[in-house]
Parts: sequence; structure tokens; C-alpha cells
Amino acid sequence: MSREGAGTDGAGGIRGGAGTGPGGAAPGAAAPGGPVLQLRDLKVRIATRRGLVRAVDGVSLEVARGEAVGLVGESGSGKSMTLRAILGVLPPEARVTAGQILLDGADLVPLSQADLNRIRGRKISMIFQEPMSALNPVMRVGHQIAEGPRVHLGYSRSKAAERALDLMRRVGIPDPERRYRAYPHEFSGGMRQRVMIAIALSCDPEVILCDEPTTALDVTIQDQILRLLARLCRESGVSLVFVTHDLPVVAQLCQRVAVMYGGQIAEWGDVRDVLLDPRHPYTLGLVRSAPDVDEVRESLVAIPGSPPSLVSPPPGCRFHPRCAFAEEDCRAEPPPPLRELPGGRRTACLHHERCEDVLATERSPR
Amino acid sequence: MTGPGAELLSARGIAVWFPVGSAVTARLRHRPRLLRAVDGVDLDLARGEALALVGESGSGKSTLALALAGLRPVNRGSITYDGRPLPTRRSRADRRRIQIVFQDPYSSLNPRLTVGGMLRELIAVHKVVPPREQAAFAAELLRLVGLGEDALRAYPRQFSGGQRQRVALARALALRPEVLVADEPVSALDVSVQATILNLLADLRRELGPSLLLISHNLAVVRHLCDRTAVMYLGRIVEVGPTERLFTSPAHPYTRGLLAAIPRLAPAGGQEPGGTAGPAVAGDMPSALSVPSGCRFRTRCPHARERCAAEDPALASAPGEPGHLAACHFAFEGIAAGAP
Repeated sequence: MSREGAGTDGAGGIRGGAGTGPGGAAPGAAAPGGPVLQLRDLKVRIATRRGLVRAVDGVSLEVARGEAVGLVGESGSGKSMTLRAILGVLPPEARVTAGQILLDGADLVPLSQADLNRIRGRKISMIFQEPMSALNPVMRVGHQIAEGPRVHLGYSRSKAAERALDLMRRVGIPDPERRYRAYPHEFSGGMRQRVMIAIALSCDPEVILCDEPTTALDVTIQDQILRLLARLCRESGVSLVFVTHDLPVVAQLCQRVAVMYGGQIAEWGDVRDVLLDPRHPYTLGLVRSAPDVDEVRESLVAIPGSPPSLVSPPPGCRFHPRCAFAEEDCRAEPPPPLRELPGGRRTACLHHERCEDVLATERSPR
Repeated sequence: MTGPGAELLSARGIAVWFPVGSAVTARLRHRPRLLRAVDGVDLDLARGEALALVGESGSGKSTLALALAGLRPVNRGSITYDGRPLPTRRSRADRRRIQIVFQDPYSSLNPRLTVGGMLRELIAVHKVVPPREQAAFAAELLRLVGLGEDALRAYPRQFSGGQRQRVALARALALRPEVLVADEPVSALDVSVQATILNLLADLRRELGPSLLLISHNLAVVRHLCDRTAVMYLGRIVEVGPTERLFTSPAHPYTRGLLAAIPRLAPAGGQEPGGTAGPAVAGDMPSALSVPSGCRFRTRCPHARERCAAEDPALASAPGEPGHLAACHFAFEGIAAGAP
């Protein structure tokens, strides 16, 4: 199971060749197996009429080569803003105000748009929720897939076309020779998402950012796309950052997960630890509020209240106004930082052992 | 009032077609090209029962629900209510009996009416209660759906998605319907809010006892709420049965594929995240403009054989289980049963 399988896709060794980051490789350039992407205390602020929104408020995480990391949370939790900050495509009112985004050890935050343009699509690419609005409706899909290699890798027209056909085969588009000349409207939703994936893969990136890529798809098509993404991770060693609100989707695809709440990470760790045995009351709440296909529950346990205002967030732990475990110390500034627990997982909850108690009492009577 | 088990709403041979393409090409062709959204469906809803319609987008489940609610004329078939045929143009009293809640609470409420204004208009037009009691009744409705009385003076834009869906429920319940149709009522909402609306739906059913027709692509929601489940594929019902039975021993290969395709928090068989198994159902659903011959599912079915291309399977019941039907030549022969 080679992680460096780039040679199989016909574009051999591109990554190794041009591998130095923008501004040269940083001293701590990632060793194989080390983190490809690292966020350090990232903060994004958005200026609005109602005040400064702390959309992302001190997020740190790392993504290893060939790994899929999930970023889950509800709307307004900051997961999409984190993703857009990585790619440098924040809305005009939003700015990264602190922290680092390290790709192969080199910080992307201080880069100019021109420098970022050489990285976007080349070393980091993105898959969106709505392929129909992300694809060019008046350009043949084959040309859209071939565009990246033409621009970033300097491929000739025919070599880029060959590469596009090869990619279409790899992502499972049937009859690629004929489909090459088709337009996006001639494709089904699932096939369009495959086209998006082919475009994202076209320059052999290190990281693909996925913003709810399966949310708009039917469950059978979602299943196909998730399996395709998992295969690509395994075969080509590309890393994924996968944003979704759907916990089971993360469980199927990702190795590690960050649960976000109010612009911060509430819990981080191995996907099974976090989702099956949570150590943060918000994760616990998310897991218990969703109905289960395999088990009928008497009633669902909803999380009371609503998400916090990010203009004037509650003092201390962002979750304390909705939390059944909240004590006086949860209200004290600054917000509790992520603390490491045995097994390498991290939680921001001061009273995380209460989660164990809840899970234990829930499981024992059966 | 008849006991549970008596059919309240019955549909026989329902078909809904949409003409596609321009009128000119239709004339040149001498007949319009038809998209068969619903293509021959029989369905019964008993009094007090909760029935789910599940299937992928394009399977015709929403169109069928609109036809049953009288919001879309049918091209073929008949709908009876309490044994009485419902005409295409329904009387006000009949319309009142079946009420619907839509998926998107942002576009299904009038933005220029306060919640109170909206409820009072409905109550007055349908003369649900005497004029003197209108205000009290409106407040009572809001209490039922868990909103305070100040909501009466608020406009829809002042509410969150979950609250809007509560308003939509209050609007539907204002007419004291006997059948509540809910078309993907929680899929536009955040996970933690979904739970509150699902609990509310369950409570309202216990308290007021309307029949529920729930349209959903989320099988977990269906299992949580419904007594019976009907699975649709390309305009037909391919399997219908008691929810528990359908989820634990699905008979149609499509139902089995749908169930297997759902991501789980604890993946089956302790599979690693990003495992290597193949997809649960291969390929895309064909277009409703060119429905495959014979069995509609055969183009994606792992067990398809010659007979499936030649003969259209009818819904047939499982041995010893008259309430569990599947439209597959081999559904109850045990041939396909082993492999999910």
C-alpha cells in the first residue's frame, strides 16, 4: 500500500520535482508521514455592521499525508470559514488576524494573492457542495479538467487532454472519450461531483479541501463518492480536509475528526474515540440528538438553546449556556484550552469525565 | 370513528406525468414527450397511522404526496377518502382534511404576514372556531408547537429555521387536519434542531392523532417516526411493509442497497474508516423519460437476469406476511436474500 503512488497516474513524480514550498522549504519541512498541513491558533474575524464576528477563534490541527480529517459542526460553527482561510478565499470582509497555516512547513498566511494563485489548484484544491455552481456551464468538462495541468504544470494541449481522460477513468466516469466533450448540464449530480474530484486531482495536489461535497447527493450516490475519495487517499497519498455536519459521513471516511463549536475546536481525536465515546458534552449532544437507522430510540435528546453569538460570545467555555455539566469554572475567562487525554485525544471540556458517566449509565441497563 | 386499521386515504393506480420539451416539438411528434414522475402507485393510509415514503430524488415521492394532498392533478388513477372518491377539484372541507408541511421553512411562509395574521386568516376562511375564539385558538396553536404568544406579532424573518418549521406546523394544524403530510420536514435544519422538530412531530401525533404521511430520504428519521414504510424507485413503489420488518429483513435489492449505503457512526463489521468495500448500489438512477423495460431497478441490480428485462414485476406479498410486499421476481425466493 504505497502512499507515494503518484507514479501510477501518468503524471509521474510531479510532486517530488517541484516540491519546495513557496518561499523555499521551511526548516521544519514535513518528513514523509509528518503533517502536510498544520493550522496553528488560526483566527478569522469578519467585520459586520453588528460588530466583529469571531468566526474562527484559535483553531489548531494537523493533517498527515494520505489522511482524511473531518471538520464537523453546525452552521455558524466556523468550519467552512476555516476551510476558506486555508485556501485564501475568504469573503472580502473577513481577514485572518492571527495564527499560521503551514503547508509542508511553509506559512501561507503572509503570501500575496499572486503567490497563492500558484498554490491553489496546484498544491491545495477544493471540492464544493454544489458542483453545478462550481463548474463552468459553457465549457466542455474535459477542457475544465485539462485546464489545471495546462496552467500549473505547463502541459501541452494533447498531453493535458490525455491526463484529463486518465483522470476521468480514475474517478469512475464511464465512457470518458465521449464524455470529454460533454457539458456539465449533461451530467447527473453524482457524475458532476466526480468531474469536480477529477479537477481537484488534476495537478496532484497535497491536500484537497472538501466543503460538504456529498450533502446535496442521494444516499446511494454519497456512498459511491465517499468510497471514491477513500480510494484516492489510499492510492495517491493525497490528504483530505472534509467539512460536514453529518457525523456518520465522517465516521465512514475520516481517520481523525475535529468537532467545532462557536469558532473553536471542542474535541479532537481519532474518529472512533470521538464519535463513539465522546469526551465533550457538545459532541455527546450531537451524537444523541440524531436518530439511528439501526436502533429505535424512545425519544431524541435535543441540545437545548441555540448556537452562541460570535460577536459577543459567552465568557469562558462557548458551550456552557447550553451545557448540562456547566459549573462556575466554565464561565471564567479565558475559554478552556484543548487538553490532551490519554490516547492522544483532546477536549476543551473541564468536566469531560461526566460524559463517561452519561455513556456508562445509558449503556448499562441493556 | 372507525378504529385503527381502517383505510382513511386510498390511492389506486395513481400516475402523474409531466410533458417536457416545447409545445411545437410535441405537435410535430403528434404527442408530447412525457416524464412519468409517478407511474402506477397503490397506497393506503390508515386512520392514525404514520406512513413513510422513502426513495432517492427523482423517485416521485414528493409528486405523489402533492397528488394525495390535492395540490397536483393526477393523470390516471383514483383517490378515495374514507371510502368516498375525491374529485380533482376538492371542496374546501376536503382540502382542510389533508394539510402539508414543506421542506423549506424559508420559502413556504408568507413573508408579509405576521404569524398571527396568517393563522387568523386561515381560521376565519375555514371557520374553524367562532370569531370570538380566534385569538385564543391561535395562541393555543402556538403553545402546541412550543412557541410563545409573542410569536403572533412576529414576521417569519424574525425566526430561526427550526422556529419557522414550528410555525409551518402550527399553520397546518390550525385546520385540525385528519392527515398531515410532511415533505422532508427536517432536512433543511441543523442536526441539533432536527431532534426538537422530530420530537415535536411525535408528540403532536400522540396528542392530536392525525395520520402522518412523511416523505423523507433520511431512513433514520423514518425508522424513528413511522409505523409503515414504502420505498419508491422511478415512479413506483418497489417495497412496502411494517417499518421494523422492512428495516430488519428488506426483501427488494434496492431497499437493501439503500440501507447499506447509509453511513454509520460505527461502520458495519468494524470496517476501518475509508475501507475498501465496493459501493452499496452502483450507478445512477435512470431518467424517468426512458424507464428501463421490465423491472425498473434491473440496470443497477446485482441480481438482474433475463427475466428482469422482459417482465415487469408486480408487488407481491411475502409468504405469511400479507402486509409486506415487494416488486421483485426473486424477492422472497431467498436467491437475493443472502447478499446485501
